[in-house]
Amino acid sequence: MSENTTDAKRPVKRSEVSKLRWTWQEMKNNKTAYFMLAPFLLLFLIFTVLPVVLSVFLSFTDFNMLEMPNLKGIQNYLDLFLNDEIFILACQNTLIFACVTGPVSYILALLVAWFINELPPKIRAVVTLVFYAPSISGNAYLIWKTLFSSDSYGWANAVLMKYGFISSPILWFQDASYVMPLCIVVALWTSLGTAFLSFIAGLQTIDRSLYEAAAVDGIKNRWQELWYITLPTMRPQLMFGAVLAITNSFGFGAVVDALCGFPSVDYAAHTIMHHLSDYGGARYEIGYASAIAVLLFIVMISANFVVKKALSKVGE
Amino acid sequence: MKKFQKLRTRGHRVVLNRSAGGDTGITIMLTILGLFMFVPMYYVVIQSLKPLDELFMFPPKFYVVKPTFDNFGDLFTLMSDSWVPFSRYIFNTVFITICGTLGNLIFASMAAYALAKLKFPGRNAIFQLIVTSLMFHSTVNTVTHFIILSSFGWIDTYLSVIVPSMATTMGLYLMKQFMESSVPDTVLESARLDGASEFRTYLTIAMPMVKPAWLTLMIECFKTLWNSGSSVYIHSEELKTFNYAIQQILSGGIARSGAGAASTVVMMAVPILVFVINQSKIIETMGSSGMKD
Repeated sequence: MSENTTDAKRPVKRSEVSKLRWTWQEMKNNKTAYFMLAPFLLLFLIFTVLPVVLSVFLSFTDFNMLEMPNLKGIQNYLDLFLNDEIFILACQNTLIFACVTGPVSYILALLVAWFINELPPKIRAVVTLVFYAPSISGNAYLIWKTLFSSDSYGWANAVLMKYGFISSPILWFQDASYVMPLCIVVALWTSLGTAFLSFIAGLQTIDRSLYEAAAVDGIKNRWQELWYITLPTMRPQLMFGAVLAITNSFGFGAVVDALCGFPSVDYAAHTIMHHLSDYGGARYEIGYASAIAVLLFIVMISANFVVKKALSKVGE
Repeated sequence: MKKFQKLRTRGHRVVLNRSAGGDTGITIMLTILGLFMFVPMYYVVIQSLKPLDELFMFPPKFYVVKPTFDNFGDLFTLMSDSWVPFSRYIFNTVFITICGTLGNLIFASMAAYALAKLKFPGRNAIFQLIVTSLMFHSTVNTVTHFIILSSFGWIDTYLSVIVPSMATTMGLYLMKQFMESSVPDTVLESARLDGASEFRTYLTIAMPMVKPAWLTLMIECFKTLWNSGSSVYIHSEELKTFNYAIQQILSGGIARSGAGAASTVVMMAVPILVFVINQSKIIETMGSSGMKD
């Protein structure tokens, strides 16, 4: 490997050869780069890209794991929207869930990061841990099941009963009207993750002299400072955080499963994720499940592009 | 021209544009949010230390009178009558976590070096593809993932969990961004002039400079694998993880709530400890995590 590197690094002049030949030459000169990329890229293609491509293909078929797939055209998609009431319900739930947890967790992460930015380093480290810990604690969110347990040993019921608000325990996770809000609260509790750390880091890298200059230029309070200096300066982190917030806001299915069981009562917390695993994992209607997966995929990717567009307007 | 009528100071530093009212408001907000985050965590720990009679007290108390470690001991006795020893679940989790994390570190850091420091055709396209993969949740792929794994004959083996986790893109993304900002091209250039191969440059020059990013990548991968529960790809009892065993304990209902809390404490203690030790390194890496539009 070592003998080709010294002259391999000599760049080829673009004008000497045609575009195609130039590219080919560059590729040969950078063999090492492709070798280094290969193991990761191979696994990435097999386990991330291929599944997406396969889903798109299977969504036009009636594949069921046993027989060879037959093409069905867009029948699966038509069925989803026209003949599947639970899917429509799942769409509503997913949208509510994503539209609340996404923005709220994002703003929460940003505000908390901003609040703690000026604390002394030692205290800041402790506070960071308090806010970040729930997101790395695996299934610690199950404690909410104890806090909101359906008998009087649950803390929420105990408090409400002690002060006479209710006379018999509320069945929190079995009551369709409480399920969704509770799941949102728990999802938010676990949501201050990587994006939150990214915000903290972003805030710390901002040059202090920017603020001094801004004060001279007439910035009067911390809110103006936030909007005109802080946010525009950390825009790359805001983008990164937004991507993670959107991705996560669609991926809280596991939290819901663990808290409310599957299927949730009256499908009150039934999301598209659940619908997907129901058809894919339980009923083996892979074609139909793939159509759900493709729709969900499109929704997530487009949400990302819309939000990125919006974020590029910050501070203008 | 703005006049500085009074300059507020914190320590020795002059602080501009800060009002006492704002400071108080923020402190109150932060306290409320902090309690919301902290109380459930605290409650798990308290529950795990309560002896049986205190667990069944009404109303439930937010402190423990006679703390005991019995619940932690119960973890082993509770699972001792299942035909897979409890230690096997722990081994599975540790084994999967170590293999997956190491694999991810090696593969992702090599790829990150190529993407950050070498110029080759297709570089931007590949990076865009990886960024796009951050934009959707991997559960979308569960069904087709299953088909692919079963065509490899990997269903119900460790491989089904370990190998896909080696290609986690988050770690690669963070590592690549960090390499771009903290490994100067001139250093690499001089190593190449000295005759070092590209691979050697990566291993001996670039990698030691991005140690904070290793840790971040490892904790990102670690937290997912450590917390992986009942995988749909694994059905043999002896291959299942610690997290799965916990869910079995918890499904025993109220009588096992002490042991359940104890197992949750064990489960969360490890990632939290890893984070506490590496916090400053991780924040350092996150400084370059931003995404250009």
